[in-house]
Amino acid sequence: MNTTRRTVLKSATASGVLAGLIAAGALRPTQVLAAEWNKAAFEAHDTVGALKGIGAGAPADSKDLILKVPDIAENGAVVPVDVISNIPNTTSISILVEKNPSPLSASFDFANGALPEVSARLKMGQTSLVKAVAKADGKFYTAQKEVKVTVGGCGG
Amino acid sequence: MKYSIAVVAMLALAVHPASAQNKGTAAKKVAKPPAAAPVEEKDAATLEFEKFRAMMEETNPAELFEAQGEEFWKNKRGHNNVSLAESCDLGLGVGVVKGAYVQMPRYFADAGKVMDVERRIVWCMINKQGFNEADLMKRPFASDSHTPEATSLVTYVAGQSRDMKFAVPLKDPHVKDVYEIGKEVVNYRAGPYDFSCNTCHGTDGKRIRMQNLPNISTHRGATSAVMGWPGYRMTGGVMLTQQWRMGDCFRQQRFPQPKYLSDTVTSLLTYMTANANGATYKGPGIKR
Amino acid sequence: MADPMKIRAQLKGDVTEIRVLMGHAMETGQRKDAAGKTIPPLFIQSMTVEVGGKKVVDGQIGTSVSRNPVFGFKMKGAKVGDKVVVSWVDNKGDKRTDEAAVA
Repeated sequence: MNTTRRTVLKSATASGVLAGLIAAGALRPTQVLAAEWNKAAFEAHDTVGALKGIGAGAPADSKDLILKVPDIAENGAVVPVDVISNIPNTTSISILVEKNPSPLSASFDFANGALPEVSARLKMGQTSLVKAVAKADGKFYTAQKEVKVTVGGCGG
Repeated sequence: MKYSIAVVAMLALAVHPASAQNKGTAAKKVAKPPAAAPVEEKDAATLEFEKFRAMMEETNPAELFEAQGEEFWKNKRGHNNVSLAESCDLGLGVGVVKGAYVQMPRYFADAGKVMDVERRIVWCMINKQGFNEADLMKRPFASDSHTPEATSLVTYVAGQSRDMKFAVPLKDPHVKDVYEIGKEVVNYRAGPYDFSCNTCHGTDGKRIRMQNLPNISTHRGATSAVMGWPGYRMTGGVMLTQQWRMGDCFRQQRFPQPKYLSDTVTSLLTYMTANANGATYKGPGIKR
Repeated sequence: MADPMKIRAQLKGDVTEIRVLMGHAMETGQRKDAAGKTIPPLFIQSMTVEVGGKKVVDGQIGTSVSRNPVFGFKMKGAKVGDKVVVSWVDNKGDKRTDEAAVA
């Protein structure tokens, strides 16, 4: 139904073309929909690498960073995660799943009145620690919790 | 890591009521809950699953399929280029969708059969819109890469009965007959395991791995069995209908799988849905 | 093709709750199909939320976000009727933008 529109958009935004335009100075990065995807962080295979990728190094534990996850997830394909930061001047929140093949799941920057809060649903391959990382005034903070992933029955 | 109920129960055993009184209010508070609430009612995992479901149902991807189904319902389609909205009667008059789902299965004189919602929609697609029957039978259920139009249509129609009460017209003798057949089907034992539906779904308190198995002969069990269908299944992230669910139960019993939209499945759905009559339907749900 | 996007933005007190439901396969690149062939990765990489013409959320996501992603955000300063625009781009360059109004 919207195939035509999508095809046009697709060809116009294929990443190669986009990179070319940026390189040629035809398009300033600010005109692009969003910042370039942080490949190094998202493709890191361990938490240390992922944290390094987002510039977090060794974040400090914080009680003001609230991470809400189920203790036991009914299905690892869809694990609801809520993160709320009560740390003043929080500008970004990232979520990591320690035992996933690529631990970094998502990273959000907030501006123009957005509260430092996000809810998302993640895939978890197995029981693992889930970690939230917040950035405030250039410093990084973290909170973590374990989510047990169960094996299913016949699917309701 | 919080098996709160189990922990509380253990504390209750460890702290004798007499000594608890001497230990001040903190110990008393801990010791009290098990006395008030029976521990066996719901285990910690079940409670956690319910919390999880509630979080999931706040925003259910089933909405995407409802939206698509609405387009399929309203747009002129098929060989005859007519819409279902202007040609399909779900029992309450041509084009009437509101409340139709909770009053099905029901008898349709034009087809001479009792039909559940999916069967009726596909019947309309074939007989009103002119879709090819063989095409619709080929891949009736959703996979990773394909959601049948009938599935989205069922999801849309079901969504239009949200917060309404199940009211399968059992007074209609046609429907009552099919209900009685359904009752026989759930008791029919066969296959290499000599299973019937009732082997797992005929008594209270059974479960498979972490999932409770509803007793479909009771109002409460039947309600929990029909609630949440059609359902967005977390495993695989696909939208599935009760036709799929029934077929898969047959597979799990090691029975030959029924033909898509068979009389047998309609009879089962009639039996279960009518047993849930009076319960309020919450709309398309989330399934494991 | 669960393609559409659903956006709900509701003002409660002085906080606007924004919930977004996106239709996307979110393939990890680690699954195999029935024939044993690896299914190539296909996932949303970035998403933005703009309210009243200003970008409020700039997100980057990876393969471990669930199929048909759901996100929730909150903000202050929006009013009823403000336009909420949500966009995403996936790793193949496919993109989609939808909008709704704060209710």
